[in-house]
Amino acid sequence: MRIEITEAMWLDERETFSFDELAELSGLAPAELRQLMELDVLAPADLGSAQPAFTADCLAAARAACRLREAFDLDAAGLAVALALLERIAALDAELRSIEAQLPGRRRRGGTPGQHQPPMV
Amino acid sequence: MKYKDYYKTLGVERGASADDIKKAYRKLARKFHPDVSKETGAEEKFKEIGEAYETLKNPDKRAAYDQLGSYRPGQEFRPPPDWEQQFHTHFTSDDIDLADLFAGLASGRHASARSGRGMRVPGENFEMSVQLTLEEAVRGTEVDVNLSALEFDAQGRARRVPHSFKVRIAKGAAHGKRLRVPGRGGKGVNGGRDGDLYLNIQLKPHPLYRPAGHDLYLDLPLAPWEAVLGAVVEVPTLGGPVRLKVPPGSQAGQHLRLGGRGLPKPGGGEGDLYAIVQIAVPSGPSERERELYEELASASEFNPRAQLERETAR
Repeated sequence: MRIEITEAMWLDERETFSFDELAELSGLAPAELRQLMELDVLAPADLGSAQPAFTADCLAAARAACRLREAFDLDAAGLAVALALLERIAALDAELRSIEAQLPGRRRRGGTPGQHQPPMV
Repeated sequence: MKYKDYYKTLGVERGASADDIKKAYRKLARKFHPDVSKETGAEEKFKEIGEAYETLKNPDKRAAYDQLGSYRPGQEFRPPPDWEQQFHTHFTSDDIDLADLFAGLASGRHASARSGRGMRVPGENFEMSVQLTLEEAVRGTEVDVNLSALEFDAQGRARRVPHSFKVRIAKGAAHGKRLRVPGRGGKGVNGGRDGDLYLNIQLKPHPLYRPAGHDLYLDLPLAPWEAVLGAVVEVPTLGGPVRLKVPPGSQAGQHLRLGGRGLPKPGGGEGDLYAIVQIAVPSGPSERERELYEELASASEFNPRAQLERETAR
């Protein structure tokens, strides 16, 4: 049986979505998306353009907004706070991973057992 | 079809008020929401409570659910004979579950599809994590995907349809990166767009390299004399071994950068590989080595604790 192969696209700054595409893919209503833009939660790549385009990484934030709105009935202001905190947590997670990667193997979390030696007296 | 006790899932009594149901859901959602919780199995638990709430928050669906009767969770059951007519729904096979049944009831997909002129309903989105090795991230890879998507036939009858396909992930992966596979979710209804598949990349631990973004870190043990005198040592990289010039006077913890030897980036270019110097000492020096170290100790004026002594003398 022939298995079909589909190409996956990276959700990064190289791809863009129009306003309508971002609303449709995220599940947000256009009015909700507009509110999140007004609160600077989702910023178009080309500020000032009449036809705003969003980098594809905005889709992850827009989908998270939709999930949070559905789960907690959050309004736009609540979503803005929640998304800002999530973004901050993601940045701190990445920083923690980077710091851990720079620690020698035996000093990382979950490193070699017995890594903490008792003081010599 | 296997019975699920939605009341039990939310931890409420069968006669609970709509307000109590909402409160119970929000409490559990806050605990298990995948954007917030890092608990093991949180995503699965969130799906379960979301499914229960989707049905119980809607008075019509809650009434339809209550009419099914009460069984043990996991117990096989069939809806009562007149249930489908009473709630204007229809299903074709036993491989759908309660969530599918109520999804059809909720969206009016069955009625829309039956009439052929209903509202457009987008297909189901899927999201899954994919674990890749660093080697797969470097060269790109293909992953097997098996989905079971909820679809509706021309009469609006719900059924689960298995889909198996491969997804090609181009080189450029890093931990936490996301991909979209357009149109590979469930089928849309009445001209609604097909759903998408979203992939979240996780990198498997590697015995040598530790990734941070597209950079890699590697411990590089050096003998004390290599660190002092400098050396040319062979360093493994994901592209094969390279020779690295270690400068004289290298200190433990110092990062030696190998430009472009990290993970490739999706748009071109590569991260860097950092070799972190570690000073390794022989655990059982020979007699001759011990003599040489003793000679060095008596000849050297180097005091590695000079700063400590200065600070404590203040």
